[in-house]
Amino acid sequence: MAAVSVNGQDVTLNADPRTTLLDTLREQPGLTGTKKGCDHGQCGACTVLLDGRRVNACLVLAVQCEGCEVTTIEGLGQGEQLHPLQQAFIRHDGFQCGYCTPGQVCSAYAMLEEVANGEPSDVTGDGEVRLCPAEVRERMSGNLCRCGAYANIVDAILDSAGELGQRGEAGQ
Amino acid sequence: MMNPAAIGQPFDRVDGPLKVSGAATYAAEHPLDHQPLVGWIVEATIPAGRIKALETSAAEASAGVVAVLTHRNSPSQVPFGEPDDEGRFTQSRAMLGSDHIRYHGFPVALVIADTLANARHAAGLVEVTCEPADAVTAAGEEADEKPDELDGGLEADITRGDFEQAYSSAEVTLDVTYSTPNQAAAAMEPHATMAVYDGNELWVYTSVQLIGPAVQVLANTLKLNPDRIRVLSPYIGGGFGSKLGLHNEAILACLGAMYLERPVKVVQHRRQVFHNAPHRGNSVQRIRLGASRDGKLQAISHESFMPTARGYAFAEPSGAPARTTYRTDALVSRHRVKTVDMSLIDSCRAPGHAIGSLAFESAIDEMAYRCGQDPVEFRLANMPEKDPGSGKPFSSHDLAECLREGAARFGWGKRQPQGEVRGRQLVGYGVASTIRMNILVKSKTRIRLSADGTLTAWANMTDIGTGTYTILTQVAADLLGLPAERIEIELGDSAYPASCGSGGSFGAGSSGSALRDACLRLREKLVEIARKQESLKDADFDGALFEGGKLVLGSKQVSLTELVRQGGPDYLEADGKVAPGEDRGKYSQHSYGAQFAEVHVDRDTGEVRVQRLLGVFSAGRILNRKTARSQLLGGMVWGVSYALLEELMLDERYGAFMNRDFAEYHLAVNRDIPEVEIHFREQPDMRSNPLGSKGIGELSISGAGAAVANAVYHATGVRVRDFPITLDKLLEQLP
Repeated sequence: MAAVSVNGQDVTLNADPRTTLLDTLREQPGLTGTKKGCDHGQCGACTVLLDGRRVNACLVLAVQCEGCEVTTIEGLGQGEQLHPLQQAFIRHDGFQCGYCTPGQVCSAYAMLEEVANGEPSDVTGDGEVRLCPAEVRERMSGNLCRCGAYANIVDAILDSAGELGQRGEAGQ
Repeated sequence: MMNPAAIGQPFDRVDGPLKVSGAATYAAEHPLDHQPLVGWIVEATIPAGRIKALETSAAEASAGVVAVLTHRNSPSQVPFGEPDDEGRFTQSRAMLGSDHIRYHGFPVALVIADTLANARHAAGLVEVTCEPADAVTAAGEEADEKPDELDGGLEADITRGDFEQAYSSAEVTLDVTYSTPNQAAAAMEPHATMAVYDGNELWVYTSVQLIGPAVQVLANTLKLNPDRIRVLSPYIGGGFGSKLGLHNEAILACLGAMYLERPVKVVQHRRQVFHNAPHRGNSVQRIRLGASRDGKLQAISHESFMPTARGYAFAEPSGAPARTTYRTDALVSRHRVKTVDMSLIDSCRAPGHAIGSLAFESAIDEMAYRCGQDPVEFRLANMPEKDPGSGKPFSSHDLAECLREGAARFGWGKRQPQGEVRGRQLVGYGVASTIRMNILVKSKTRIRLSADGTLTAWANMTDIGTGTYTILTQVAADLLGLPAERIEIELGDSAYPASCGSGGSFGAGSSGSALRDACLRLREKLVEIARKQESLKDADFDGALFEGGKLVLGSKQVSLTELVRQGGPDYLEADGKVAPGEDRGKYSQHSYGAQFAEVHVDRDTGEVRVQRLLGVFSAGRILNRKTARSQLLGGMVWGVSYALLEELMLDERYGAFMNRDFAEYHLAVNRDIPEVEIHFREQPDMRSNPLGSKGIGELSISGAGAAVANAVYHATGVRVRDFPITLDKLLEQLP
């Protein structure tokens, strides 16, 4: 058993000690938004926020989450109102089959915070961290999309962060 | 005012809100009345042979285990591959039917328990002893079996003119052999099924592209009446051909549900997907080209050698691009296969064209250099008047214009003939012609306009991420003048009218044309009702328009809901259908494109980075410029991936793919994909279907990889003929 806050609600996860956070979430009613693509931490489809940081839920045991705050895709918007990132993914067609999408959106949400906090990435130069296409591509490379929506995902993220500039809307 | 959901508009996906919020229900996620039991597949670890001993008692005694299903206790099934006279998607896919092991990874048991953890643990307790038989696992140019036919009904061999004569007398010749590796579809949603059986009806929630054949294969495998089977697949996490037919875990879940009469869920683990779902076989492609010194192609020969899985007839037409892209005096195209004891080999996105174009468009590039010509100019100088393979006229042909427009937009004119060096980077430009055959498949649909103004359309069509829900919404909105919010498209259920399903890039044109037909029939009904109205007696029926939820007749108008109430009174229905007509046999039909790539190759490490991709495409009328662009974008990403990254590594001793995960089987990631520019040349082709659209989902993959490969050659002077072009193959030869 692990007492966890999931999307702001206190729940007790009935956790077999062998069970990952991912499998535990997916067996809860209404929380199948978090997807299993690989079960090895290699695709990012199961990305959730654990105490505000992005993690692959397939690499975290549920029992490790005692006392933690977990935010899944279901907890990102405000009720029926989609989060601006979710709206931007729709506007820019940042997905096709939709299976990797919850992970992409959660990953993007946390990634924007990381940039805002000045955390550097592999492509950051010596200066200050600045949100740009190269930073987004590098930081989103842990989230595979077999449909190949990457360019639209980059546009969606930059647009939601007010950084799309003159690049224009996808498909217009 | 223009309907924002009119055909062609870049309308946002109607299933977008569900998908971005995690609320779309994929196969394993449908809420059931009772929590399903969970099955875990136990796989064979030899490529061929039989099960000698199977010890299941420890697993059966393990916590939470409800049953261990093996060939000894599973429900009776029709033997694999029967009946002979049906196609591969409806023949029996028996699992646990005998002690026979068909390939490495073949299921030998299904452990069913209360939870995933318990099932998976107990699966490790099943002891399998196998008796190996001789097995053939690898195939190369020794393949010598002539397939009855190729995928898509194409002939295995064609000969036009006298190739040997034309080739031997050509001033410039090329004789090269290319190879492409085994490849995985790798849809992000692993193949998954939940089966519910009450002793009479079998309900199957799965992830499958073709619903009708899925019902039939279950009936044929499980000895059930198809009327008692319902298949549901409303959301599909990618298919790319690997979900055309029903897959192993689906049969296993059904066996479990029938054995226990309780719901059973089986989700393939990612590692299992590599053997328990179909893959694309490796190819060896020998290409011989002959041309005059001034660059006129005179002789084309393409010989393809690929594996075919034992007992599962499928041959990929990798010679397809060689048969149709360029003019020639003489043409030979041959396909040979070799039967292997491997997991199913089947369609993967653009069977034939995807890997055929990798080799053929690279060889064409080689020939351009050999003739001392610019690669774009060489291609333009060899455009065919009619289809060289079939001899038929093209329904439309736009390849030359795609090449010209693409070259201008890409800045091909700035290309240095020998490539460029910028510091450590070797810079190269590449081009490839792109074609993909266009198909129309019989399809039906039913629509209902209710008195409350909502229109519902039903078809057993699927949306695998292609945007079917959205473009069908637009077809109905456009034809009936309704706002998108009033339209409900219901798909992915075998209870609905039989449609084409998703595959072969035929989905949008076929299902869309059936819906268009239904809408036209409904319009006729509405007009008939209106004609009977006294108040509309003198109205202008010849100029009837459907706009804003109304039937507009010149200065007079009447709401559709009013007409429904008079004619219904609750609703009006219409059935629509489409089927291939005479034009299918008369014309050679294709979609076209030209793709351009700029790559940088690190001269010290051989690392290839794609800097720019640009494609100009001609695929008839575009139904939604946003989702169509996404389809093309996705295919271009696959092209990059095929050129540089993807390869299943085969351990020939065990018939096993060694790199069965995403750390080892490399897909392109976000950082691998640069700025991508996509342009449409919109040219409706009314010989294609009543909407004038053409297939688009498999178009860009049929050329993008070759454009990248050709750019690598331009940058480095190194021609790698063994895909993927990994840095180890470049490094030793770099300047």
